[in-house]
Amino acid sequence: MRVLAAMSGGVDSAVAAARAVAAGHDVTGVHLALSRNPLSYRSGARGCCTQEDARDARRAADVLGIPFYVWDLAERFHADVVEDFVQEYSSGRTPNPCLRCNEKIKFAAVLDRALALGFDAVCTGHYARLVDGPHGRELHRSVDAEKDQSYVLGVLTAQQLAHAMFPLGGSRKTEVRAEAAERGLAVADKPDSHDICFVADGDTAGFLARELGDQPGNVVDEDGTVLGQHDASYAFTVGQRRGLRIGRPAADGKPRYVLSIEPVSRTITVGPREHLAVSVIEGAKPRWCGEPLDGTQECRAQIRAHGETLAARAWLDGDTLRVELAEPAVGVAPGQAVVLYDGTRVIGSATIAGTLAAATA
Amino acid sequence: MTTRSPHVYLDHAATTPMLPEAVAAMTAQLTRLGNASSLHTSGRAARRVVEEARETIAKALGARPSEVIFTGGGTEADNLAVKGLYWSRRAADPRRRRVLASAVEHHAVLDAVAWLGSVAGADVEWLPVDKLGRVDVDAVRSSVERDPESVALVTLMWVNNEVGTVQPVREVAAIARQHGIPTHTDAVQAVGQLPVDFAASGVDAMTVTGHKVGGPIGVGALVVRRETNLVPVLHGGGQERDVRSGTLDVPAIAGFAAALEIATAEQPARAATLAGLRDELIRQVRAAVPEAELNGDPDPSVEHRLPGNAHFSFPGCEGDSLLLLLDARGIECSTGSACSAGVAEPSHVLIAMGRDEERARGSLRFSLGHTSTRAEVDALGAAIGPVVERARAAGLVNVSGGTF
Ligand SMILES: Cc1ncc(COP(=O)(O)O)c(C=O)c1O
Repeated sequence: MRVLAAMSGGVDSAVAAARAVAAGHDVTGVHLALSRNPLSYRSGARGCCTQEDARDARRAADVLGIPFYVWDLAERFHADVVEDFVQEYSSGRTPNPCLRCNEKIKFAAVLDRALALGFDAVCTGHYARLVDGPHGRELHRSVDAEKDQSYVLGVLTAQQLAHAMFPLGGSRKTEVRAEAAERGLAVADKPDSHDICFVADGDTAGFLARELGDQPGNVVDEDGTVLGQHDASYAFTVGQRRGLRIGRPAADGKPRYVLSIEPVSRTITVGPREHLAVSVIEGAKPRWCGEPLDGTQECRAQIRAHGETLAARAWLDGDTLRVELAEPAVGVAPGQAVVLYDGTRVIGSATIAGTLAAATA
Repeated sequence: MTTRSPHVYLDHAATTPMLPEAVAAMTAQLTRLGNASSLHTSGRAARRVVEEARETIAKALGARPSEVIFTGGGTEADNLAVKGLYWSRRAADPRRRRVLASAVEHHAVLDAVAWLGSVAGADVEWLPVDKLGRVDVDAVRSSVERDPESVALVTLMWVNNEVGTVQPVREVAAIARQHGIPTHTDAVQAVGQLPVDFAASGVDAMTVTGHKVGGPIGVGALVVRRETNLVPVLHGGGQERDVRSGTLDVPAIAGFAAALEIATAEQPARAATLAGLRDELIRQVRAAVPEAELNGDPDPSVEHRLPGNAHFSFPGCEGDSLLLLLDARGIECSTGSACSAGVAEPSHVLIAMGRDEERARGSLRFSLGHTSTRAEVDALGAAIGPVVERARAAGLVNVSGGTF
């Protein structure tokens, strides 16, 4: 196969490309330049798109003996990921930019271009497995539960998965590092990337403040009683407890949590932990990694990256995915994805749009 | 893509293979001991090689040996000319702050000039070019004559490295000379393909480099009139006329001289051969891709266009995609623009010529040299049609924002 390997400059994508080469594919490496000004993104070892990373990726491609190019996706990335991120926060939601990047950049803009150029697949260093099942290609969790990235790939459609290649899904991170060293890849010891690549200093609140300015509003309790003021509604996430700056303690003396964020009036409603509990999740824009849901299905739901899974029943109600949780859950933040699993297999996902509180459900 | 065919090298403007004579001259020196600045026997032997090379180069370029200052390549020579002239001219008269440079210079000149503007108090005036990439002589004249006393220098390349347009260097140098203003020209791409005579050109400083004429990479020269003063950029032992410091690279200089001597001696024949191949290349590309637009001067004569250069825009294509697809077929060429991270920026040359960004991005430079063959041109002719079709499909994908 003709394979386009997306090479970030990190150890995972380098080993993924190496494995594609070793499997006998005709591999070409590309580094995705995601910022017009590379210095504005995370610098040094942790970033995904600095000049140093571009150099590391090029060096890895040299070692593998494959052609290497840099593709400029800065504009698309800015429009589809960065602006979406800012917009979502300003709408009172909590987005996941890595997921958006997979959906709109790596397996859309890049994949489309790769296919048009005559490639058959896009290879990345994601920790997830592709399994050819009875109904076609399936997306499964990585064998390394700690590194598993199936959650941020849960937005991919069957068509996208058909042209994806994840050579690391069957390996543990430690094995990948060892293999990198064995193959003479200098990135073997490079630290993992964390955080959000386009937030240069890791300070998301500061980044949002620069983008959105002050957006003050009231902090109220569930009766609408004003408890205090805040500077920026986007600094809050449903389920958050710290930084509420409420003068008066609650009558019962218990801590209070963000229950909801109303973006137009910028009102933050707070209440006790019990009121965070959610029993039904409504998901918008469902996407299926294979066959769509057929009727009501028992499954497990994951509602944030690296979160645990919850027993659930899911069904489609028109364009809305409804997920009823067996046990109420807390910290279900609109904007995050709800990803449904059948064992290790990803069924599909939707963006959390609304919730029904356990008490009223 | 699976079988990478033998190389078709159409990127001689980036660097061209070394001539066997240059390799021989260079390797003969590699095992020889001697610092050309030492006074003992070994030093004198090395010095002799350097001075013979200097004489060879001077003769080949219409200069005097004492006018040849060896450097570590074209970039260093350009920096020395631009900064050295500016500083020395300003030191002599502080009113001289204006630097006149064409908008289509190589980055070695362009960025040096821009740097003088941003940190050394220069008033930079970018000389405009027409849609063929040629500097407007009248614009230069009016710019100079507006206030000749304030001009530190004029710099205009002999021929543009991207689109191959020959510049009116002689006319511009004559205008500057009337007012006692020095002119520098970057002749890196001209030597070996165009007749280059330093004395006859009327310029005061001229950049040449080894690796574009069949010599080694990392050696070049600034040819400077004896009466022209330069402030050094590299300080140290003052080996080269007290203007350029650093122990001379004797093997590289020997290889450079051997290559330059042959390149200039063979220039008329080479120009004719390359122009013939180039015309055939243009014909084949146009036949395969009728919408392809030739950039630069369509007049094929050596007075107008570099014989080895063919530069096209392919509407609807990304230069990156074309490069990748051709590379996968073993055909090597260039988009003519890359920054350190490898992200293609639209070429400042094409932008200065009035091309829009999209057109600039969809461009490729094919450049021929002494090893080029008709078979290579035919290979490109056979590949370019399907490659452009593919790249166009990929280009459309990117504009529309995905099909999934
Ligand atoms: C017009 C021009 N000037 C200067 C240079 C730089 O020369 P060098 O590579 O020897 O530093 C080049 C070559 O890239 C060139 O084409």
